[in-house]
Amino acid sequence: MSSIDQVFADLRAANRKAFIPFVTAGDPSLDVTSAVLKELSKRGSSVCELGIPYSDPIADGPVIQASYTRALDRKIKLSQILEMAGKTTPEMTAPLVTMVSYAIILRHGPEQYVRDAKAAGVAGAIVPDLLVEESGDFAKICKANDFSLIQLVTPTTSRERALRIAETSTGFIYYVSVAGITGERTQLPADLLENVSWLRSQTKVPICIGFGISQPEHVRTLKKVADGVIVGSAIVRRMSEIGEKTEEQVIAEVGDYAETLIEALNE
Amino acid sequence: MNPASESLGPASANVPDASGRYGAFGGRYVPETLTRALDELTVEYAKAKADPAFQAELDQLLQDFVGRPSPFYHAKRLSEKCGGAQIWLKREDVNHTGAHKINNTLGQALLTLRMGKKRVIAETGAGQHGVATATACAHFGIPCVVYMGEEDIRRQAPNVFSMKLLGAEVRPVTTGSRTLRDAINEAMRDWMSSVETTHYILGSVVGPHPFPQIVRDFQSVIGSEARVQSLARFGRLPDSVVACVGGGSNAAGMFYPFIEDKEVELVGVEAGGRSDLAGDHASPLTFGSPGVLHGSYSYVMQDEDGQTCDVHSISAGLDYPGVGPEHSYWKDTGRVRYTDCKDNDALDAFDALASCEGILPALESSHAIAAGMKVAASKPSDQIVVICLSGRGDKDAAEIARLKAERQ
Repeated sequence: MSSIDQVFADLRAANRKAFIPFVTAGDPSLDVTSAVLKELSKRGSSVCELGIPYSDPIADGPVIQASYTRALDRKIKLSQILEMAGKTTPEMTAPLVTMVSYAIILRHGPEQYVRDAKAAGVAGAIVPDLLVEESGDFAKICKANDFSLIQLVTPTTSRERALRIAETSTGFIYYVSVAGITGERTQLPADLLENVSWLRSQTKVPICIGFGISQPEHVRTLKKVADGVIVGSAIVRRMSEIGEKTEEQVIAEVGDYAETLIEALNE
Repeated sequence: MNPASESLGPASANVPDASGRYGAFGGRYVPETLTRALDELTVEYAKAKADPAFQAELDQLLQDFVGRPSPFYHAKRLSEKCGGAQIWLKREDVNHTGAHKINNTLGQALLTLRMGKKRVIAETGAGQHGVATATACAHFGIPCVVYMGEEDIRRQAPNVFSMKLLGAEVRPVTTGSRTLRDAINEAMRDWMSSVETTHYILGSVVGPHPFPQIVRDFQSVIGSEARVQSLARFGRLPDSVVACVGGGSNAAGMFYPFIEDKEVELVGVEAGGRSDLAGDHASPLTFGSPGVLHGSYSYVMQDEDGQTCDVHSISAGLDYPGVGPEHSYWKDTGRVRYTDCKDNDALDAFDALASCEGILPALESSHAIAAGMKVAASKPSDQIVVICLSGRGDKDAAEIARLKAERQ
């Protein structure tokens, strides 16, 4: 059983839901990324997502894209990110997964990527531009290394296709709440709960919902059908306030914010 | 890992396969949100391609609205200047809107109507694709938004003005290098959020399957006409065919009908920029490596981490770090020879065509002219070199004046 499977088994046993925060590696620095990951883990996050900055992110909204640009402007390299992860994961209870473009995996070499990420204590990968049709070889490598390959389902995914994705996704299924890019939204689509409920009835793989989630009300609504929620832009936006506020202040605020959502998730 | 090295036979016209692969290249590397639209487009395009009524409507439009067939012109004085083979120009510059781009946008606008979509988005670098999309949308009465990098808006002001006159909304892109690559990113993002009602008219043979195939097919009218015109004039095919390659749509359209004609040499010309150093040129086939960009697997200018490199060309339409996957396939099979042309050589070629023939070529096409002149100079006078003159240079006049002033 992978560390992510263990997390969801424990959560189910305790009748609790997963809170999964996302942070961008290297924004504003790898030291701060390490500190905020440890803080988010300490505050009760179930799994943490580490965004590997990419020069041409298609799925990301302006907040995350800008954070990627800031990190890349500082010449952050994958080797430095994995080195930081290697030093940070031993101090985290929450497993760490990378959100990473296939362009980066392919350039690094898929086998090498999984080996290096695992060596840094990383438990899995979300690859937003690797469709189920193209993922066969990489999925085999992940499976052979007990490395979770978390696949995405979206509102435009047909039910037949969602079942195929559910069959190959390991760790959890990333259910994208809206047809669009990442970013905070005030309202979630009306048919989201119905669609997730249906998928929930079809698979044993945990389902976590992401994109557009930022408020306790969202979390209270979604916990009825999901095994967890993923929050990205709202955290990355808070992290971008470092400079106006001190690193310590912002990291504490992000921790407080995460705790609010975790409380709403498990109240 | 380089899947490109696996299972490459001779290049054939029977690509892509069902999964959108040209050998190892192509495919679909996009967010899941887009798969339904891409599947729908694949199905609808296959139906349209097989539908004689669709083809007849497009052919009629190409004839009456675009002015096809475009002329096949003997550049006598330019040939004399080179002192070798006879240079013939495939005159896409005289098409309505001044470039080959209109061939594709009319085809895709017809597809938009066929699919029942109500809105069109597009990206543009030099502005020619933006103008062609705005024109096709005006013709059919479809609302149109064009994404364009701020740097390109500066370089291509006349085309920006034209797009607005044609009723399109031009949205400036201020991220990244503020050029074509960033405009594609923004158009893809828009499409992610509007995919149910919007068709994305991609402007080159790039992007996820089925776009490279659709754009190639719509542009193949260039090579098909050149083939017929060559047979009619000379009773044989040309010895060489030359075209510039940014994303590669005019070249794909020009080369594709000649792919099985092994006796015809095919030469693709990338933007060599200022120098061979990374960041100074836009030549992924010459200097890049296989990777993923904008939804397909192809040659890309990337760093050791897979991050896309900044590129440079004096020509906004060639200023792109990737290339269509079919070009990568043709490169690795050896069917097409790819070379590059430096900024200064393209400017010289612009002058040569202007002064010898009374034709102002687009800066993109000037790259093909420069390489075509070299090819012609290396061959005897009874040989024929056909160059795709993909667009006209009016749009570049101000930029050329600025560049010439810089050179002095």
